[in-house]
Amino acid sequence: MRDGSGTPYHYRVVRQFTVATVVWGVVGMLVGVWIAAQLAWPALNFNLPWLSFGRLRPLHTNAVIFAFGGCALIGTSLYVVQRTCETRLAFPRLAAFVFWGYQAVIVLAAISLPLGFTSAKEYAELEWPIDLLLAVVWVAYAVVFFATIARRRTSHIYVANWFYGAFIITIALLHIVNSAAIPVSLTKSYSAYGGAIDAMVQWWYGHNAVGFFLTAGFLGMMYYYVPVQAQRPIYSYRLSIVHFWALIAVYMWAGPHHLHYSSLPDWAQSVGMVFSIVLLAPSWGGMINGVMTLSGAWHKLRTDPIIRFLIVALSFYGMSTFEGPMMSIKTVNALSHNTDWTIGHVHSGALGWVAMITFGAVYVMTPRLFDRRRMFSVGWINVHFWLSTIGTVLYIAAMWVSGIMQGLMWRAVNDDGTLTYNFIQELSERQPFYVVRLLGGVLFLAGTVLMAVNVWRTVRGDRDDNGDLNVLREAA
Amino acid sequence: MSDFWSFYIIAIVVLNLVGCAFLLFANLRMTPEETRSETTGHSFDGIQERNQPLPRWWLYLFVLTLLFSVVYLVLYPGLGRFGGLLNWSSVSQWQEEVAWVNKQTEPLFEQFAKVPIEELHAYPETRDVGGRLFANNCALCHGSDARGAKGYPNLTDDDWLYGGSAEAILTSIRDGRHGQMPPMAAAVGGTDQAVRDMALYVQSLSRPAIKDKPEVAASVERAAPRFAVCAACHGQDARGNQALGAPNLTDGVWLHGARLEDIETTIREGRSSRMPPHESVLSEERLHVLAAYVYGLSQP
Repeated sequence: MRDGSGTPYHYRVVRQFTVATVVWGVVGMLVGVWIAAQLAWPALNFNLPWLSFGRLRPLHTNAVIFAFGGCALIGTSLYVVQRTCETRLAFPRLAAFVFWGYQAVIVLAAISLPLGFTSAKEYAELEWPIDLLLAVVWVAYAVVFFATIARRRTSHIYVANWFYGAFIITIALLHIVNSAAIPVSLTKSYSAYGGAIDAMVQWWYGHNAVGFFLTAGFLGMMYYYVPVQAQRPIYSYRLSIVHFWALIAVYMWAGPHHLHYSSLPDWAQSVGMVFSIVLLAPSWGGMINGVMTLSGAWHKLRTDPIIRFLIVALSFYGMSTFEGPMMSIKTVNALSHNTDWTIGHVHSGALGWVAMITFGAVYVMTPRLFDRRRMFSVGWINVHFWLSTIGTVLYIAAMWVSGIMQGLMWRAVNDDGTLTYNFIQELSERQPFYVVRLLGGVLFLAGTVLMAVNVWRTVRGDRDDNGDLNVLREAA
Repeated sequence: MSDFWSFYIIAIVVLNLVGCAFLLFANLRMTPEETRSETTGHSFDGIQERNQPLPRWWLYLFVLTLLFSVVYLVLYPGLGRFGGLLNWSSVSQWQEEVAWVNKQTEPLFEQFAKVPIEELHAYPETRDVGGRLFANNCALCHGSDARGAKGYPNLTDDDWLYGGSAEAILTSIRDGRHGQMPPMAAAVGGTDQAVRDMALYVQSLSRPAIKDKPEVAASVERAAPRFAVCAACHGQDARGNQALGAPNLTDGVWLHGARLEDIETTIREGRSSRMPPHESVLSEERLHVLAAYVYGLSQP
């Protein structure tokens, strides 16, 4: 492996994060498949506390969101910021600290969560010493990113960097405010907030983790890898401006829709719902800008599986950002809340959008980072694409049917006003859909494993050891 | 909510919506020089940017959602203390739905209310409706077969902590019960041996055969004089007291476990069991049917 000394850019940390993305992707999705199997066949808990669903579920969410998604975002942002600012990375040694510090957080999470150490806040389960480490790492990451922007040689800042920048600043704010806690020992702390306020802070954090981590961050990724792979200019600069500012202004409000019909005051629930609906258009702005960038090059959808990944990711993004505002309407939420529909919705975003856009970015970036002409096997990318797409569709269709059935069974009443079904009746009806969901997950994981092998063989240089440094330049 | 916070909420909500509208309005049209050039002229790592105007359908969609927001916030609570023109609240919606269901089911339950519990329990309709009320409200603790669990009484046997009459059952469901046994370790002698002795004594009340072992017989003999402190609630004959909810210790029914260590724990730490009141959850007519159903569970 060459060290990339021929490039004007600092790639070491980007390579590390890219490899970490692939590794944590396989690990996180494997845990997901395992807990999906546990839901279909609960005996797979084996009566072992550290193998139980309650402990592995946060391990799965942390692994796929923060380990897989986080490494992908940090890695691509440090790549994109250098290339679009046409300057070397600022503070490479601090960037190395960001990599190893972030990996330390992930490893500590992978140990502490199965052992049962948790702050009991969804998507923020890590206990306070790990939270502190993450805060330090994140600030270091912000310093590296923004210092690189400050050193740019371009007159303007490219739109991808606006989104990455918004993601970095907001995640720091969310993480620090939501994780505020009073420690009672090294492994136990209590939230600084109480009651409905704690719930509101939690979902202000939770929904903005979706908004700024899983949406804004990955839109930043989209804004670089789609035009680079399509070799077409971005559709509309003006649309970028409007949807960026609208998105970051409106997303902040959406959290209360997770607490409809709860003890949260009605006004807060309404405001959360209203802004969730307003969010539809700003979210779709990114989809339009990405998909329309391909205009004039639609034929590439037939020939280039990487473009297919990127465009299908945008389609799932559009679909789930339509579904989200609909589900935030109180009347719809009364049916969907606490059902599998929510899990289906999350995964249409997580598998369809976040994972697929990341796969596309990994396939675009890997040959360039490791100085190869192309990926080891383009055919495998195509197979991976179909595995991912079919897996995602199976997953979300199973959860839609299961969730809507669940909601309808919960609200069914007899002539005397009693509930028609008890919990076990409703649960046993869901079992077949859990098997279908598991099948979808297995297909998706299989695709990710195929990508890992493809990346490994590309890095090893099995087919093509004398790549051009810049495939883009060659093709142009 | 104070005036300050109410105005604060109104201000930032309105500002955000107006801000979105302004953002759209300001970018509605392009300047002549913008429309002349194909791209913005920026280039980032080879990426150029075209400058298409905002797609109209998208723009109208955005405006539509903003209009929806305004209408919604006028009709429903959202703007600080302003409750909305419809005067809606989630609590009032719930109350209306409960009132509607009650009205729909009123004729049915009126029929039941006319029949006394002692007679009603034998009706097949009681088994149906009462069984469903039980499944919805009681099965969570007492089990769907009503046979209870550790800490939750079996309702199908003839053993009643607070009495098995129709009136007593109805009171238990309506008002709830709070069964309390204080920690008794000190009162029975204080030492581990004294607690063990008393546990064996209590166990021997329903299983006299254990006294065949000489060491158990010795324990029982040591504990016997101290049972007076227990008798205050459980009675001299240890047959319990339904007025206090003190269990009969001689019948072999063990709410908190029959093993020696369970009994020791009960003596050492006491017990506190709560049956919640259902007065605010179920109407009087429903309580009547439910009591009849529970009454019927232990009838031959």
